[in-house]
Amino acid sequence: MSFDIAMTLQRGTVRMVYEFTAGPGLTALFGPSGAGKTSLLDAVAGLVRPAEGHIAVSGTTLFDRARKINLKPEKRRCGYVFQDHRLFPHRTVRTNLLYGWRLVRPAERWLSIDLALDLLGIGHLLDRMPATLSGGEAQRVAIGRALLSAPRFLLMDEPLASVDAHRRGEILSLIERIRDELKLPILYVSHDRAEVERLAHRIIPVEPVHG
Amino acid sequence: MSGYTGGYMGWLSPEEWQVLLLSLKVSGVAITAVLPLAFALAWMLARWRFPGKVLLDAVVHLPLVLPPVVTGWLLLLTFGTNAPVGHFLSETIGLTFLFRWTGAALAAAVMALPLMVRAMRLSLETVDRRLENAARTLGAGPWRTFFTITLPLATPGIMAGLVLGLARSVGEFGATITFASNIPGETQTLPLAIYSALQLPGTELQVARLAGLSVLLSVSALALSEWLARRNAQGKDRHVL
Repeated sequence: MSFDIAMTLQRGTVRMVYEFTAGPGLTALFGPSGAGKTSLLDAVAGLVRPAEGHIAVSGTTLFDRARKINLKPEKRRCGYVFQDHRLFPHRTVRTNLLYGWRLVRPAERWLSIDLALDLLGIGHLLDRMPATLSGGEAQRVAIGRALLSAPRFLLMDEPLASVDAHRRGEILSLIERIRDELKLPILYVSHDRAEVERLAHRIIPVEPVHG
Repeated sequence: MSGYTGGYMGWLSPEEWQVLLLSLKVSGVAITAVLPLAFALAWMLARWRFPGKVLLDAVVHLPLVLPPVVTGWLLLLTFGTNAPVGHFLSETIGLTFLFRWTGAALAAAVMALPLMVRAMRLSLETVDRRLENAARTLGAGPWRTFFTITLPLATPGIMAGLVLGLARSVGEFGATITFASNIPGETQTLPLAIYSALQLPGTELQVARLAGLSVLLSVSALALSEWLARRNAQGKDRHVL
């Protein structure tokens, strides 16, 4: 299984329960806002600690309460594409892209910088600061930054949310190429049915569950 | 100080040079020594949750709200020769404060601390934690995240805290005169020298010169901070690639 997740998240007084397994390809988590989809991705990335349960990706256990396993975020090798691109505002596009790339052992890199620039079409933006980018450009750089950190799987949290409507098509095609050419397991969060139906190999509904 | 009487430095009297250099030494040492403490306190207050946080916050701010003479008196009670901390420091590392420039530096540091902590805390609170999280998912550990994301983003506030603290310490009067006394060449910084001159008749020119020096010092500090901020803004990416 690419994703094997069974966990309980405690957010204030609300307990949310998630349980699913998913094979390779793009798995969409689909549900209304406030259902805790982002919390789920944060837990897989190691930014939020589940109260109970386990999280395993491609056979590697990232979290297991019973076995006292809790990998630090920097050890999980996830490529997280956030809803708000989260580019580092004090670094150029170039040094944003290289941030994770430089932290990976050369033998473990599977994407060259030239290939990434070509795939994402961001070669002309290298010396720009993030504040000067459009929403679509920023999101492409953010996707490139995540891919260059040589992740073992991708987490994408509504990557089209901060992209202009007429630019969404090109980001969608880009995500399709990543899905088909890079063979990474992807967890993709969205509340847009059309988007999810176009991209996903399988759809897992996420409802607000109050345990 | 006789070495400073000749040449282009002749426009200040030896006594004025002495006051100026002592002021710079006292403030420089005070701010350098208190900077790590101020940053650690700012970090704790901005990022940690612990019992007694409100109390710590209040204690840090005391020098800002107390009459400086009371702060000076509290320093006497704590760091005086027969006081617990003062006795310990003089016995172990031979560090004494009373009637010495180190006392003036301690008073300046304590008075500057709350302003520095405030500015640094504010800048740390405005750093977007989500950017730090993004750095973690990209493979950076907590320390790397701190030095590559948090610290650069908080730098303008840290600079502001430094300059505020420096200005405050150069102007420090009440706690210094209470704690370290007013001894020419040892604890008589610029404000104390101005005060002493004011006590004597016929020193209008001397007072004006010292006051002018004081203004010059403050304006230089401001210009320096402006320059640092600008340099920081331009060279942000210089250290990487």
